Amino acid sequence: MANEDTVRRCAEASARIRRRILEMTYETGNAGAHIGGSLSMVELLACLYVGCIRFDPQNPCWEGRDRVILSKGHAAMALYPAMAEAGIIKTEELKTFKKDGSRLGGHPSLNGLPGIEFASGSLGQGLSLGVGTCLGLRRKGNAESRVYVFLGDGECDEGSVWEAAASAAQYDLKNLVAVIDVNGIQYDGDTNEIMNLAPFESKWKDFGWEAVSIDGHDIGAILEAYNCIEDKPLAILAHTIKGKGISFMENNRKYHNAGLTNKLYEQALEELEAAK
Amino acid sequence: MIEYTKRNIRAWSLLGPSGAHGAAALELAERNPDILMLTADLCFFSGLERFKAAYPDRLYNFGIAEQNMLGAAAGLAKEGFIPFANTYASFCTSRCADQVRVNMSYMKLPIKLIGLTAGYAAGILGATHTSVEDIAFMRALPNITVISPADCTEIIKAMLAASETDDPTYIRLTGPQNTPIVYSDDYDFQIGKAVTVREGEDACIIATGSMVYHAMQAAKLLESNGVSCTVLNMHTIKPLDIQAIMDANEKHKLLVTAEEHSIIGGLYGAVAEVLCKEGAHKPVLPFGINDVFVRPGSYSYQMKESGLYAEHIGNMILKKMMLI
Repeated sequence: MANEDTVRRCAEASARIRRRILEMTYETGNAGAHIGGSLSMVELLACLYVGCIRFDPQNPCWEGRDRVILSKGHAAMALYPAMAEAGIIKTEELKTFKKDGSRLGGHPSLNGLPGIEFASGSLGQGLSLGVGTCLGLRRKGNAESRVYVFLGDGECDEGSVWEAAASAAQYDLKNLVAVIDVNGIQYDGDTNEIMNLAPFESKWKDFGWEAVSIDGHDIGAILEAYNCIEDKPLAILAHTIKGKGISFMENNRKYHNAGLTNKLYEQALEELEAAK
Repeated sequence: MIEYTKRNIRAWSLLGPSGAHGAAALELAERNPDILMLTADLCFFSGLERFKAAYPDRLYNFGIAEQNMLGAAAGLAKEGFIPFANTYASFCTSRCADQVRVNMSYMKLPIKLIGLTAGYAAGILGATHTSVEDIAFMRALPNITVISPADCTEIIKAMLAASETDDPTYIRLTGPQNTPIVYSDDYDFQIGKAVTVREGEDACIIATGSMVYHAMQAAKLLESNGVSCTVLNMHTIKPLDIQAIMDANEKHKLLVTAEEHSIIGGLYGAVAEVLCKEGAHKPVLPFGINDVFVRPGSYSYQMKESGLYAEHIGNMILKKMMLI
């Protein structure tokens, strides 16, 4: 069981991250941002960055750090505030999100931002990057660092995800953790209707992974899953709600990528306040 | 320590481009412990069996999964290693184009990508296994060095040179087994610096890869017809040796490009871009694959069908020279 203090800190961080996602989305105006799939990942990222990551903000290239790869790069809006919670970037910088010349683009890129291991945005590539990173760590004798790769469930339509999954088992990569945000909705509709990957958990097991299914908004369950040490690569299937926390966005695919009117923004803020 | 003796040069030629690749891999392994070899089920085909036997933990086989190989190469590169990743040229460029673009170009990760059987070397297997568009694609991507060695000796030199830079690099291997020898002695190879392999006054054939040898043969034929040709080995397509092209333009009446690649977007395109930008220039006669798929067949059949042989090149240059 995760200790109470950690759970509390992760919950408080989640509330702040959720609010920042709203603010960042509102600031993008009509262009909008990938809010639905960012809100679904709030607790997953908060628990990692506040609850268990090995990372020294003063030394972001520390060899012993955990490597984080946001394969579903469109959830950058959840990643940046989570990194700010860990002191890796300044909260002030979040205001530059998607602004001209910002380091905080709509998808993570390698432009001097500490803690970003790889650029992402083109789906289906992050797990392969994780495989190579694990192989590199092994060559260096680093058995401590873990490599966390965050994927979307829609993203798992990409065949390259399964190429990577097979190779992770082949190379026995015990420090590789795939966290899949199973929010059940992709751009065009329900994942089960667009491309049904069920039975999803057993697919990972059949590929030679350990797989656990959890409630992706349950902080205790997330921390417990992150603390699992397996003798196989680990897939955490985090069942989440797209748009989690804002009633009119929850399970509404219109909010995959959207902007917010003043009225909806105010309503959303009120809902978050009420939930405190 | 690799030695560029006549005997070794002959041996590499007999083994062909894959054999030279394997010989270079053994040398690289000795030079730098961070150099790794990656393949997609082509360990044997790419000449890496000896490397595998000598350094089993430095050879990663990803099976028939090129996209994953590129991603894993990126991970290894990010952790400080120098991965040389190989498969058929068409599979490591167009097959996993997006991985190449994101990992090598956008992120500038120092992956060294080896395209086996570029051009027609595997043409007997059909157009799926030929690669005559890879230069066009690779040179359009920022940050990637593109090298097309003229013979097996130059393959080795190119791989050794590539291992000493931090640049993501693509090396396309052209030519059949029993690869014609362009360099029978040691010479100076520098990435981005074209080599004059023959000096003449009338026409300059700017050739790359396997076509350097054919250009030299064409130049010999033309000599007996009173036309004197320079042959410039443009082994690096990017960064292009612009000065060498401008000098060739100044000193000759006719420029010729020769490549085992489409005439769209390859060496001809690169040379034409330079010349157009500079303004007035000499006529350019291109030899390459004329925007078609040729029928499957032997290497020599496909080269003939595409007009990529000395007699044809010589005759066309002669005709053109008469009009100048």
